[in-house]
Amino acid sequence: MRKILFIIQKEFKQIFRNKAMKPILFVMPFVQLAVLSYTADFTVKNINLFVQDMDNSVLSKELISKIAAFNNFNLKEISNSYKKGFYKIQQNNIDVIVSIPQNFSKNLQTNKKTEVAIIADAINGTKAGVSINYLQNIILDFTKEQASKKGFTNIKQGVNIIKRNWFNPLLNYKLFMVPGILVLLVTMIALFLSGMNIVREKEIGTIEQLNVTPIKKYQFIIGKLLPFLILGIFEFSIGLIIAVLWFKVPILGSITLIYLFTIVYLILILGIGMLISTITNTQQQALFLAWFFSVIFILMSGLFTPIESMPVWAQNITLFNPIRYYVEVIRLIMLKGSSFSSISNNFIIISFAAIFVNLLAVFNYQKTV
Amino acid sequence: MIKIENISKNYNNVKALKKVSFNVKDGQLFGLIGPDGAGKTSLFRILTTLLIPSEGKASIDNFDTVKNYKEIRRIIGYMPERFSLYMDLTVQENLNFFATVFNTTIEENYDLIKDIYQMLEPFKNRKAGDLSGGMKQKLALSCALIHQPKYLLLDEPTTGVDPVSRKDFWEMLQKLQTKGLTTLVSTPFMDDAELCDEVALIQNGEIMSIDSPKNITQKYPHKLWEIITLNNYHTLKILDNFTNKISAFAFGNAIHLACSEKTNKEDIESFLAQNNIKAKSIKIINPRIEDAFMELMT
Repeated sequence: MRKILFIIQKEFKQIFRNKAMKPILFVMPFVQLAVLSYTADFTVKNINLFVQDMDNSVLSKELISKIAAFNNFNLKEISNSYKKGFYKIQQNNIDVIVSIPQNFSKNLQTNKKTEVAIIADAINGTKAGVSINYLQNIILDFTKEQASKKGFTNIKQGVNIIKRNWFNPLLNYKLFMVPGILVLLVTMIALFLSGMNIVREKEIGTIEQLNVTPIKKYQFIIGKLLPFLILGIFEFSIGLIIAVLWFKVPILGSITLIYLFTIVYLILILGIGMLISTITNTQQQALFLAWFFSVIFILMSGLFTPIESMPVWAQNITLFNPIRYYVEVIRLIMLKGSSFSSISNNFIIISFAAIFVNLLAVFNYQKTV
Repeated sequence: MIKIENISKNYNNVKALKKVSFNVKDGQLFGLIGPDGAGKTSLFRILTTLLIPSEGKASIDNFDTVKNYKEIRRIIGYMPERFSLYMDLTVQENLNFFATVFNTTIEENYDLIKDIYQMLEPFKNRKAGDLSGGMKQKLALSCALIHQPKYLLLDEPTTGVDPVSRKDFWEMLQKLQTKGLTTLVSTPFMDDAELCDEVALIQNGEIMSIDSPKNITQKYPHKLWEIITLNNYHTLKILDNFTNKISAFAFGNAIHLACSEKTNKEDIESFLAQNNIKAKSIKIINPRIEDAFMELMT
């Protein structure tokens, strides 16, 4: 026990004597939390719009002003040349073209079928999709208005959808993103620090000296793991405070439960880091390996793209992604106030993974070659 | 006793050690002398239980290095070739750390490390990384001694250390020997070898000779001359044509020339004069370990 405590003490001394470490621990994560939470916004703004108006009538102008009134669009130009608009898309100055045909007004007034074309630059698929969606809604709205003015009743009335967003009534994406980004920060700090640690002792040769001592594998691994667990929890707590006080993210569920899950999760991540550290020989190798895993884990975590829209094989891969489970749990507890029973599945999976990975790391740490 | 029996170690196709056998008796200061790449470090790593030999076996105090590695780790102090203490911890912290790892304290073992530690004491709050090469060596030695080992294994402890510190270091080793420590030390420096009780000359993974330094030099079979000229390199080339020559090597600022028994000073002088070389001095010398080593190598 005394040995483990001493190793922990030594690790802390080394961490705090490392000049690069303090900013990495105390500045970087919170800058990331602050900046990313403002930028990782899924609402699409600043859509540059080009309107080709071949009708040039009162009605077409009315439609255009209705579209232009929508905040997310910047109406750049109205012209009757489609070519010009397309050229501007190529120039990357315009995102969407709305094309109003000749006889638009005439057809509407005589209740004939008429079509408005929407041409979107789909290089950015999300932006194109969202823009088209906005425009469809506006145009549908417009036709309904016109129809009711003229007393036409045979226009196709869709089912009236009434939206209500539970748990996040204003669709405040920050409520959704901040807990997720917090998870990423804690994961990255834990994974990188632990991943670089044992391998550092290998690089500077101290492992050679340690290996000839009677120190036991488990003592060594625990002594290495605990300091980072403590740091990880510390990072998480500060992040949580920022999330609650600055971003006003509610914590509806139990804080104890959040911390319990965080500890188990951190043990898993630190175990993965240790494993990376034991199979590599230089810090550079460890860093690349840690990057490889963190990029896959992050992009497949369901944080930026919903898991449900991934292909089935990819969805199956996410089952091995610890971030996925943690993001899910943190959101459930914080935003929905879920109790242990609804996260028990995730808890069991992460616990078993933590035990397995750490045993593997201890086993893999060879004192003899 | 350190027993090494028929130890071989292969790294894929490279044979680093070929059937090496020798014993280090208790209380001895034993030197393993050989150039870089001779297999010294591999042998040390086998003895310190960090490497498993491909063939053969070794034991320290009758503990097998493979089966009883745990016991061995308690009774040996090891100083690897590379300085491998924590550069970002202070002298004191490094010592404390290694003491704790061995379940002991500095105070308990102060007796053994006293002489060395006293030299370090003025710097005890300095980070190990900021110490001079010689001081680093002393710290590493203190750390290796902190748990009162019976056997001390030092892998090239004096490589990269200035001559004064090197001398200090050997004096420390000899002092430790009087306290009953058995020491196995490797070095590429031949003059270190003369300070050992017994030396093993190792080359290309094979032991070429094991004896006391005195006997090794006494076994040297030829008459040895030391020649100093203005251009030793040129002289060496010319000496190739000297019929009495057995071998000639450059040693520092002199040439060591081994000649057949009947050769005398005049023979060498006249040969050099024929070739327009003026010798500053020509004299007979006693062979040293290095000469013996060169003789064995060729």
